[in-house]
Amino acid sequence: MEYLISCQHMFYTYHTLQGETPALCDMDFQVKPGEFVSIVGPSGCGKSTLLSLLCGLLQPESGKILLNGKAITKDCSIGYMLQHDHLFEWRTVKKNILLGLEIQKKINRETLKEADDYLKTYGLYDFKDAKPSQLSGGMRQRAALIRTLLLHPNLLLLDEPFSALDYQTRLQVSDDIGSIIKKTGKTAILVTHDLSEAVSLGDRVFVLSPLPATIQAIVPIHFPPEFSPLQRRNTNEFKDYFNQIWKELNLNEP
Amino acid sequence: MNHDTLSAAQITFLKAHKRQKIRIHFYRFAILITFLFLWEFSAYKGWIDDFIFSSPSKLLLCCYHMIRENQLFYHIGITLFETIVSFILVMIFSLIFTILLWYSKTLTKTLDPYLVVLNSLPKSALAPLLIVWLGANYKTIILTGMSVAIFGTILNLYIGFQEVDAEKIKLIKTLGGTPTQTLFKVILPANASNIIGLMKVNIGLCLVGVIIGEFISSKSGLGYLIIYGSQVFKLDWVILSILILCCIAILLYGIIGLLERCQKNKT
Ligand SMILES: Nc1ncnc2c1ncn2[C@@H]1O[C@H](COP(=O)(O)OP(=O)(O)OP(=O)(O)O)[C@@H](O)[C@H]1O
Ligand SMILES: [Mg+2]
Repeated sequence: MEYLISCQHMFYTYHTLQGETPALCDMDFQVKPGEFVSIVGPSGCGKSTLLSLLCGLLQPESGKILLNGKAITKDCSIGYMLQHDHLFEWRTVKKNILLGLEIQKKINRETLKEADDYLKTYGLYDFKDAKPSQLSGGMRQRAALIRTLLLHPNLLLLDEPFSALDYQTRLQVSDDIGSIIKKTGKTAILVTHDLSEAVSLGDRVFVLSPLPATIQAIVPIHFPPEFSPLQRRNTNEFKDYFNQIWKELNLNEP
Repeated sequence: MNHDTLSAAQITFLKAHKRQKIRIHFYRFAILITFLFLWEFSAYKGWIDDFIFSSPSKLLLCCYHMIRENQLFYHIGITLFETIVSFILVMIFSLIFTILLWYSKTLTKTLDPYLVVLNSLPKSALAPLLIVWLGANYKTIILTGMSVAIFGTILNLYIGFQEVDAEKIKLIKTLGGTPTQTLFKVILPANASNIIGLMKVNIGLCLVGVIIGEFISSKSGLGYLIIYGSQVFKLDWVILSILILCCIAILLYGIIGLLERCQKNKT
């Protein structure tokens, strides 16, 4: 199998007493191992729903999602970073990043050592006994990333992970986290509202249509691989990609 | 914070704050002393009838006699015991029950109207019935104490459980957690201060419930002393018991307050 994820003609509908909301319509795409895919689309079009399906929290109504050629189950290792870091105030930073290991009962000498290494690498070691509220927004996001990475996911799902940050921190953190993910060679799918974020981080950008979401366009992004997200932002092509995606998004607007 | 790194203005502020605190304590104390003095003085002058209103000195004397006769501490002990036991049982049972409700939506939806009705019922109305069914003993009194607090506690706890951020629960799910792990890693810790708040309310409610129970049936406890005292016109007993109840309430409240401070320090 050459694809890490292959999503085949997937549909999903929410059912409530008020009626049904078709959220995803005929989603069909593939993602290669090591690829970084950005997803943009109008508000409420079904981006979070797509991620929930990809990590197995929801089951598709019809169609299939295959991870390494097999159906997605509970114990596929998929890391999901939610919109907010959700660090628990009643735990120290270290205990927070160990939460995933704790839940999967994987705490042992090696994983503890690895956690310490991560904390050192990402500049959180001095804060390991601090409360999350003592960290800056960027540090909290890094802690949340470590919590996810410690489980060694094959696939990382990021749902607007930087949207709670102010603009300047956001640039830094997305650069920071983007580089971490690239360095570890993880496959990642990033949902974002911010087109420049999508272009600066992604290898491909999927543009979704309004509800029910379907893939309207796939924009491949070509930059030299050694470029960091910030370096990408400073090139001329960056603006072209931005405009191209902007146009795609506004096709549906009256 | 280190004292020698503080600026002069900060030190002045802290001092002013401390002086203000001392002043407040002084006023509080002054009110108490003035009240006791006026009470004693007007009884002494005959402005009020000390047979009905008693007086601080009469109360002290009465207290002394009752201690000599080994009565006072016996009654206090009984009431305190019944209150604490019913409080502990309320907390344990309501936690267990709420956890069951949290696990099963069907159970919650089914029982919801019953809980609401039981909660809005004036619980003191149940006490006479309980006494007839179970007899006039300390178990009935404990049950009366529990009945006052338990339904409200369950409803409030359940609301607290429901209010936990759905995204936090989603986080546990994405990490592969089971419902039981969600309960212990998120729901209960997130509700710690809510639970302590309910404990504060319940300790008072249980005391009320226990006194109601003692009014109706018991042969011991402060509630019994109050009822019996008013029937035989020993109003010293009644007033003394009420004052002691105040002290008990303050004491129990203080203990929960300590617990609250421990919990705050931890998070
Ligand atoms: N649990 C649910 N029950 C019913 N409808 C839902 C539910 N969750 C989402 N929806 C509906 O499905 C649609 C897609 O929701 P989703 O959260 O996936 O959008 P989104 O693209 O992530 O939005 P946003 O950009 O605001 O994050 C929305 O119109 C929403 O109203
Ligand atoms: Mg969303």
